[in-house]
Amino acid sequence: MSKGNAGFDWLSIGIYLILVFFGWANIYSASLGSGTGSYFDLSQPYGKQALFIGLSLFLIIIVLSVDSKFYQRFSSIIYLISLLSLAGLFVFGKTISGATSWYSFGSFGIQPSEFAKFATALALAKYLSDIQTNIRKLSHQVRAFIIIALPALIIIPQPDPGSALVYAAFFFPLYREGLSGFYLVTGFSTIALFILTLVLGPIYVALGVLLIASFIFFKKRSKRPGRALISIFALCAIGLSFSVSYIFENVFEQRHRDRFNIVLGKEVDSKGIGYNTNQSEIAIGSGGWFGKGWTEGTQTKGHFVPEQHTDYIFSTVGEEWGFLGSATVILLFVFLLIRLLILAERQRSQFNRVYGYSVIGILFIHFLVNIGMVIGVFPTVGIPLPFFSYGGSGLWGFTILLFIFIKLDSERLSF
Amino acid sequence: MRKFLLYITILTTGFVFIGRLFYLQVIDTSLVIRSQDNAIKVVYDYPQRGYIYDRNGELMVSNQPSYDVMVIPRNLKPFDTAEFCGILKLSREELENKLDKARIYSPMLPSVVIPQLTKSEYAILQEKMRKYDGFYIQKRSLRDYQVDHSANVLGYIAEVNPKIVNDNPYYISGDLIGRAGVESYYEELLRGVKGVKHIQKDRFNRDIGPYKEGIYDTLPEKGKDIKLTIDSKLQEYGNLLMQNKRGGIVALEPATGEILALITAPTFDPAELVGRKRSKNYSKLHYDTISRPLYDRGLLAEYPPGSPFKTLNALIGLQEGVVDTDDAFSCNHGYTYGRGRKLGCHSHSSPLTMIPGIAQSCNSYFANVYRRIIEKYSTPQEGMDAWNKHLKSFGLGDYLGSDLSTGRSGKIPDAAYYNKIYDYPTYKWYSTATLSNAIGQGEILMTPIQLANMVAIISNRGYFYTPHILKEINNNPIAEEKFTTKHITSIEEKYYDPVVEGMHQVYLNGTARSLQVEGIEIAGKTGTAENFAKIDGKRTQLTDHSIFVAFAPVDNPKIAIAVFVENGYWGSRYAGRIASLMIEKYLKGTITRTDLEKWILDPSHSLEPEYEKPLSGEPFQINI
Repeated sequence: MSKGNAGFDWLSIGIYLILVFFGWANIYSASLGSGTGSYFDLSQPYGKQALFIGLSLFLIIIVLSVDSKFYQRFSSIIYLISLLSLAGLFVFGKTISGATSWYSFGSFGIQPSEFAKFATALALAKYLSDIQTNIRKLSHQVRAFIIIALPALIIIPQPDPGSALVYAAFFFPLYREGLSGFYLVTGFSTIALFILTLVLGPIYVALGVLLIASFIFFKKRSKRPGRALISIFALCAIGLSFSVSYIFENVFEQRHRDRFNIVLGKEVDSKGIGYNTNQSEIAIGSGGWFGKGWTEGTQTKGHFVPEQHTDYIFSTVGEEWGFLGSATVILLFVFLLIRLLILAERQRSQFNRVYGYSVIGILFIHFLVNIGMVIGVFPTVGIPLPFFSYGGSGLWGFTILLFIFIKLDSERLSF
Repeated sequence: MRKFLLYITILTTGFVFIGRLFYLQVIDTSLVIRSQDNAIKVVYDYPQRGYIYDRNGELMVSNQPSYDVMVIPRNLKPFDTAEFCGILKLSREELENKLDKARIYSPMLPSVVIPQLTKSEYAILQEKMRKYDGFYIQKRSLRDYQVDHSANVLGYIAEVNPKIVNDNPYYISGDLIGRAGVESYYEELLRGVKGVKHIQKDRFNRDIGPYKEGIYDTLPEKGKDIKLTIDSKLQEYGNLLMQNKRGGIVALEPATGEILALITAPTFDPAELVGRKRSKNYSKLHYDTISRPLYDRGLLAEYPPGSPFKTLNALIGLQEGVVDTDDAFSCNHGYTYGRGRKLGCHSHSSPLTMIPGIAQSCNSYFANVYRRIIEKYSTPQEGMDAWNKHLKSFGLGDYLGSDLSTGRSGKIPDAAYYNKIYDYPTYKWYSTATLSNAIGQGEILMTPIQLANMVAIISNRGYFYTPHILKEINNNPIAEEKFTTKHITSIEEKYYDPVVEGMHQVYLNGTARSLQVEGIEIAGKTGTAENFAKIDGKRTQLTDHSIFVAFAPVDNPKIAIAVFVENGYWGSRYAGRIASLMIEKYLKGTITRTDLEKWILDPSHSLEPEYEKPLSGEPFQINI
C-alpha cells in the first residue's frame, strides 16, 4: 500500500457484504425448485451466483491492490475500451430475450453495459477534475454531456433503455460540481408537466401554467426574472403539455403507455399487463410483519413473480422476510448511500469526489427505479437491484464501481 | 445547498419506500388472502361413508362411486361449450345458469356444476377434461341401497345447502350430508372425517408439491359402520302389508327398547333419492301433499289412541286404589252421565269386572274407573294432575328422546289445560267433562311409537328403555346411558298382571279372537278411534282409524307392537291382522295364518277408495 493510506471504509464494505450474501440467500429461495438443491449446483442460478460472489471477492482484492493513481491516469483508456466493447456488441453480441447486450462464453455471458457505468464515472471524474474545466461554461457542459451520453446512446438501440436511463445518475455529480440549478428545475418541471398532463389532460395543465406565470409576471421587477423569459417559459410549458398527449399517443408504444397508465391508476388492469407488479405486490404484501420464512414463500415457490431472481428479487425479501426484512434492506441501502456521501464529501481531490458522487448516483438510480417498480410506485423498467439481483456482470460491475471508490477514499490523504 | 440535494433525495426515497412497504405488508391484509388463492389449493379427500346393517347383520346401505363436475370460476378459460353441453346433456342456458351461480358463490372456491355422474357418464368426460380449464372432477361416494324399503328409517344424503355451509365450518359447498333418519342423526359417525391436503401451486396452476411439507394436512378418517336394531326382513314384510294403506307400524323389543320395525305408509324406494334424479324425485315426493310419503307416520302422526289407552286407566285405577280387579260395573249399551249424556258401548254381557272389562273393551267400565280416579281427590284439578303424573311416567305427552331425527310429543291433558279451556274459576269443570279420556279419545294424542312403548311397558310389567335404533358402532354395542337406563313407571309391578291378563283375554276370547296364531300367546288390545277432517270448512267425521297394540309371547315378551291404519274402521279389521302377522313373522319367521295375509294383500281391501272419499267433493258414507 502506498503512503497516506487512511484505511478502507469497513462500514461500507460490511454493508456491501451483508447485501451480497443476503441477496444470494434470496436468489437461492427464488430459484429453488429444480436442480440438486446443493448450494453450489452450477446448473442453477443460486450455484452460479455463489461462483460470481466468489469471483467478485477476488476482484475486490485486485481493485484494492491497484494504486489509486492508476484509475485517474487510465480513466480515458478504460472509457474507450468500454465504448468499444459496447459497440462490438453490434457485431459479436448475443441476443437474449430480445436485447443484444451480451458477449457469450459458453453458458456464461458478459454484459458490457454493466462495466460501462464505472468507466463513464471515471471519465467524467477525470474531465471535471481537469483544472481547465469549468462546468458553468456551456461548451464544457456539452463536453461532459457527450461523455455521459455516448455509452447511453450505444446502449439504447440494443435495445436496453433501462440501462441507458441509469446515465441520468450523472446529473448528481454535475450538480454537485456547480451545474446550474436551472437544469434541475427544468428537468423536474418537465417530468411534473408530463405526469400532470397524463393525469389531468393538457387543457387544465395549460390553464394552471398560465395562472402561475401571470402571478409571477405581475410581481415587482426586483423579485422576478425578465418578463420575456417568463413568457417563453410559459409558452414552452403549454406547448410541452399539448405535445405530451401527442407523444404519448403516437411516439410511445402501447406497452409503455400501459405501464404509465397502470402506475398512475388511470386504467384498471384487467388484461394482466400489470401482472408482474401485481404479483410482486401480492408476494410482498403476503409477507406481513415477519415474513413466511426463508424458502417458505408460497408465491416465490410457485414462481408467480416473473424474473424473481433478477429484477424482482426484492419481492422475495418482502414475502419471506416480511416488513422487518424488507425495511432492513431499504435501510441498508440508505445507510450505504449516506455513508458514501459522507465519504465523497471528505475527499480532497475533485476527481475522487466526482467519482464518489457518480457511484452514489448510479447506485441510487438503480435502488430507486428497481424497488419503486417492485413495490408498484414506478413504471416497469428492467434494471437490477445492486448487489442483490442475480447476474455476474451486474454484480462485478457494481463491485468494481464501489470498490474503486473505497480504494480512492482509502488514499484520499495522498492527494 | 448543493451538498444536501442527494441527502434529501436518498432519505425521502427511503422514507417513501418504507411507508409503501408498511402499507403493503402490514396495513393491506387483502394481499395475504390473494396470495393464498394464488398459490395454495385445498383438496379434500372424502372418506367412505359408513355402511348400515340391520340387527341380523344384513347389509342395508353401502356405497357406490360417483363423480361431480366442479368449477373454479376464476380459472375458467373459453372452451367449446357446445361439446361440453353435449357430453353432459345440458342446455347452454342451464350451463350459463350454473356458472353464474358458482360465480356468485365464490369466484375462487370450487362449486358443483353437475353433481353425481355415474361411472359411464364420467368415462366419456374424463378423456376431454384436459380441454376444460377451471373444471375438475371430484370423486365422491354415493349411497347404494341394498333394500327397497325403510326410506323413513335410513334417511338420505344430499348436498349441503348454503345455510349449513355458513353455520358449520366442516362443510363446503357441494359436500354431502345426511338428511332425515339415521343418516341425519348419526351423520358424524357415518361421514367420518374428510382429509385435507394443501397443495402448493405454481403460476401455471400446476401442483408443485405439498404446502409446508404437509404440516397442515390431515388424513381422512373412514366413516363408522353401524348396525341398526331394525330387522330388515320384518321391515320389508311390514312394508308389504301396509301397501295401499296409510298409517304406521312400530315394533319394539321390550327388554331393551330396541326398535325392531318402524314402518310408515305410503313410502318410497330409498334409491329414488340418489344421483342426478334425486332432486326431481324429491320434489315429486315433497309436493305429494295428499299421501305425504315423506311424512313418517310412525313417529310424527298424533292420533287419538282409542281403546288401548283403557289399559293405562286400569293401571292408574289399581295404583290409586280406587278400583279392585273384582269390582264390577254394569253397562247398558253405554254409560249415562250428566243430563242425559251417554258414552255409548257395544253389546256384551254385563256387569263386568276388570279382566273381561278389558277383553270386551267396555266403555262403561272405564268411564267408572276414570271417574273414581279423578274424584278420589277433593278437586277435579288435583285428580287430573295425579292422573297426568302417572301417564307422564310412561313417557307420554313428551318427546321420547329416541335417536330418531324426528318425533312429536303427543298430548296428555292436565288440570291447567282444562282450567284454561273451561275458563276456570269463572266456570267450573268436573270429571265428566273430561270423560272421553277414559276411552282414549277426548284430548289425548299419541304417536304410534308412544303407543308401542306403552305396550312394551305393560309387557315388561312396569319399566322401559328409551326406544332407539342404533345397536352397534363398528361391531361395538352402544353403551349410551340414555338408552341403557331403565325408566320405571309410577305403577307398581303387581298391578300389571290383571291388565296383561285382560289383554291376553282380548286375544283368547275378546275383540281379537279372530287373530289367533297357533303356538303364540299374544296379549293385545284393539282400538277404533273416531276422527274428523275439515272438508270445505266443515268438520266432517271420517271412517274410524283401525288400531291394534300387542305383545308376545305373554310370559316372555320378545316383541311389542303398535299398528295404526288410518280410516281402517275397527281395530281388528286391518291393524289387528297386520299386528298378528308381524308378530308371527318375527317370532316364527314364516306365516301360518295365510288367510290373514291373503285378506290384507287382496287388492279389493285396498283403502285407497276410502282415502278418495273426502277428496271427491261428494257426500259419502263412513264406517261401512
